[in-house]
Amino acid sequence: MKNESKSKAKSEAANVPFAFRAYSPEQLRDVLRKMYLIRRFEEGAEDSYTRGLIHGTMHLSIGQEASALGICMPLNGDDQITSTHRGHGHCIAKGAQVDRMFAEFFGKTTGYCKGRGGSMHIADVSQGNLGANGIVAGGIPIAVGAALSAKMQKNGKVVICFFGDGANNEGAFHESLNMASIWKLPVVFVCENNGYGMSTSTARSTAVANIADRAAGYSMPGVIVDGNNFSAVAEASSAAIERARRGEGPTLIESKTYRHRGHSKSDRNRYRTKEEIDEWKELRDPIALFESELRQFGILNDAGIEEVRASVEKEIADAIQFAKDSPMPNTGAVLDYVYTELPQ
Amino acid sequence: MNSAVRELTYSQAIQEAMAIALESDPRVFLMGEDIGVYGGAFQVTGDLVERFGTDRVIDMPISELGGAGLAVGAAMTGMRPIFEFQFSDFATLAMEQIVNQAAKMRFMLGGEVSVPLVMRFPAGSGTGAAAQHSQSLEAWLAHVPGLKVIQPATPHDAKGLLLAAVQDPDPVMIFEHKLLYKVKGPVPEGHYTVPIGKAEIRRTGRDATIVATSIMVQKSLEAAEILQTEGIDVEIVDLRTIRPIDRETVINSVKKTTRLLCVYEAVKTLGIGAEISAMVAESEAFDYLDAPIMRLGGADSPIPYNPELEKAVVPQVPDIVAGIRNLVQGRR
Repeated sequence: MKNESKSKAKSEAANVPFAFRAYSPEQLRDVLRKMYLIRRFEEGAEDSYTRGLIHGTMHLSIGQEASALGICMPLNGDDQITSTHRGHGHCIAKGAQVDRMFAEFFGKTTGYCKGRGGSMHIADVSQGNLGANGIVAGGIPIAVGAALSAKMQKNGKVVICFFGDGANNEGAFHESLNMASIWKLPVVFVCENNGYGMSTSTARSTAVANIADRAAGYSMPGVIVDGNNFSAVAEASSAAIERARRGEGPTLIESKTYRHRGHSKSDRNRYRTKEEIDEWKELRDPIALFESELRQFGILNDAGIEEVRASVEKEIADAIQFAKDSPMPNTGAVLDYVYTELPQ
Repeated sequence: MNSAVRELTYSQAIQEAMAIALESDPRVFLMGEDIGVYGGAFQVTGDLVERFGTDRVIDMPISELGGAGLAVGAAMTGMRPIFEFQFSDFATLAMEQIVNQAAKMRFMLGGEVSVPLVMRFPAGSGTGAAAQHSQSLEAWLAHVPGLKVIQPATPHDAKGLLLAAVQDPDPVMIFEHKLLYKVKGPVPEGHYTVPIGKAEIRRTGRDATIVATSIMVQKSLEAAEILQTEGIDVEIVDLRTIRPIDRETVINSVKKTTRLLCVYEAVKTLGIGAEISAMVAESEAFDYLDAPIMRLGGADSPIPYNPELEKAVVPQVPDIVAGIRNLVQGRR
């Protein structure tokens, strides 16, 4: 009898997803807050772009929020990430402030890159975000170099290397995975596979069925996760980060997800159907999925969720106002930061 | 001055600089292809792996793009890598990381990071290695804001400029001419630096200025001896750094001599000589010129294999002698 009830309790615990065992209610509430922060930030950026307040282009990750947050959840504050052109979510997940991010998009001196980088180079070095990157796969060897630094300095840091499915066919990806593996560097490769490199589907571009299959070629674990399920992503990330921190080397995580928006502002969505997009939006939205779990496991009720949403709306509105009110750079300072200013 | 002037080869001087950097700064490490037990394709790293171990003298796979990127990432996160390309030609495989990442990272991030990275490029023709192992690509990189590009011409400068590069907070690209590796010259013991961005007057003269880079400095000095016997007194400016250019030294020399010949091994068209010529033409030195500015550079051709053809596509001493004669005597 006793044994029976014990095993029943055990099996119930096994049915509780990883995140709901590993993290406190406060932490889980904050995950939801950050999911909304990413989504509302990007909606705010999109709206500002439409109004002509932001120029250039941007690549939105709406629909991929669980992936960014799940991967970053197990990181320490001084761990590092490299990000991609679709990097707003990574930046927020690693602890950036949305007011300084908006300021960067508006080209202001209070922005993270003082108006020099914009959306595609958003970074927050103080929080360990070494930067988004405009070159597909450009950040991959840089992440491995940061991991080499961590190993040489014996500082225990782990580096997360985000990239998209498009990067898996770049030479830099293959060279980097090989070197990270032979030297057992503390890096986790995270492919956010949203199905399309711009307009070209992974089915058309990639010889293997899953990008995680590439890991076998570099003698590292290859893990596939549902990128829209926060808990599944956090569980995979946690295992990979622990392995890296133990000195056992890299892991390749393939986080299968979907971007609701087009590749960039020029995208006319000719390469995918409305039905496909709607299915992902309506049935597999990562925020809706996470909210239903929060309700199911008694973390937040509808009122609690509404409270999170409202606080984010205000934070975003304040952040946009901060960006609008911030000063423009002086064109006389246009050559600043090309080289390091030597103290004299 | 030391009474006994110690002489080292250019490659020994570079190796000594790297050893000093490794000894004095735990952030410094070397990375490249076959730089460990093999000692480097040109034996520049030599036995450094025995002295400093495989953790600091890292043999990497043949992965120039990835390796360059690792060096960029390491430099951004507290290390001071010295990265060796086996041949400068192989930089073409790594241009993404050099041009898009290393050069621009500090700027793109609004000054939040520096990239204290040194890259070494064995360059130039004269070894019979043909078109893919003999190029002089320094102007490609000198076109990129954010990089510093140097071309030491002597063992003394090879050591001092490398030690300056290791201290520099920004990416420094060092082009070493392969034919200079065995050239001997005086090299002080211990740590010293040669400033990046400063040219050196190798020979003073009054009739014409030669602005030369790398191995062309030696060839110009030989040409100057011949010209001296004809009563033509040539001043030779060793540019040493091609980004940033030492404008002042070049312009002052041209104002003094009133004639300018630029001599460089890289393809003449759109090369460093074009930049020097334009810079002088745009400056106050233009009014002092007594003859058109002339350039001697590589032919618009890949480097051929046949040794006579190989010599024919880059400036040689007689070409420099003839070039200066024409400038001074007004024959063109």
